[in-house]
Amino acid sequence: MTVREIAKILDAELITGESLLDTDLAAACGADLMSDVMAFVKDGVVLLTGLVNPQAIRTADLMDIRVVVFVRGKHPSKDMVAEATSNGMALLATDYTMFVACGRLYEAGLRSSGTRAPRAS
Amino acid sequence: MTLHYDVPGDDMSLAGKASTEVKRALSRLGVNPAELKRVAVAMYEAEMNMVIHAGGGVANATIEPDKVTVVLEDSGPGIQDLDMAMQEGFSTAPERMRELGFGAGMGLPNMKRNSDYLDIDTEPGRGTRVTIVVRLGTPTGPDA
Ligand SMILES: Nc1ncnc2c1ncn2[C@@H]1O[C@H](COP(=O)(O)OP(=O)(O)OP(=O)(O)O)[C@@H](O)[C@H]1O
Ligand SMILES: [Mg+2]
Repeated sequence: MTVREIAKILDAELITGESLLDTDLAAACGADLMSDVMAFVKDGVVLLTGLVNPQAIRTADLMDIRVVVFVRGKHPSKDMVAEATSNGMALLATDYTMFVACGRLYEAGLRSSGTRAPRAS
Repeated sequence: MTLHYDVPGDDMSLAGKASTEVKRALSRLGVNPAELKRVAVAMYEAEMNMVIHAGGGVANATIEPDKVTVVLEDSGPGIQDLDMAMQEGFSTAPERMRELGFGAGMGLPNMKRNSDYLDIDTEPGRGTRVTIVVRLGTPTGPDA
């Protein structure tokens, strides 16, 4: 599913990252606690989150997640947008709640989640 | 090469920057993406713990051809029960921190999973020193 399709399905606004619109994504991760995102293994992931702070951008960047959707009508600050832009990431904002946003993507065919990394021994 | 960072405990706009910079440096050196991600995740979790739980600290990342060693040291409250803290889901983060996206209790397990060697030297009332080693196996870049 491309970023363009995701934006359409979520009636989302693209805040930055025009050049990623045709990037294909294979899986989604919905989380508000960033260590949960870091316990996640999968490539080509879109992150959906209600967390709007610089750590959301940094966590995504460190995990090589290039596309972040902010749910529930939340908008990132100018500094966050600048950081994401310089990282080459795309940011989107949707008014849907986390539950509905995830449900809409799932229904539209984005079915794969990442796998939980195995327990640390 | 050693990169040194002061990690302030009171400025969330900077929290996580040191790890981001180490990732960039390793990327420029041609370290492969999988290894880079392991260093980035392990260091980030330790960096955020210093900010969230210990009022900040210092981080030193030493890059050698075959490994990266990151040492993060704080003078915070220390960890009462390390075995308990290592469990997935264990967290003392207050509600205020959960609102900032912390407190899943996954930080220490994520560090463990992403490092080849992890040492946590902690004493209640004195502070915590975390040592993370990630071995580098397969350089791919031009200046590697
Ligand atoms: N540097 C530190 N100083 C003092 N206590 C710490 C430190 N690092 C970890 N701890 C303690 O260990 C617990 C577990 O840490 P861990 O990183 O696994 O989870 P967390 O930080 O609470 O949540 P998360 O990392 O998932 O956001 C913390 O809640 C805290 O009590
Ligand atoms: Mg933590």
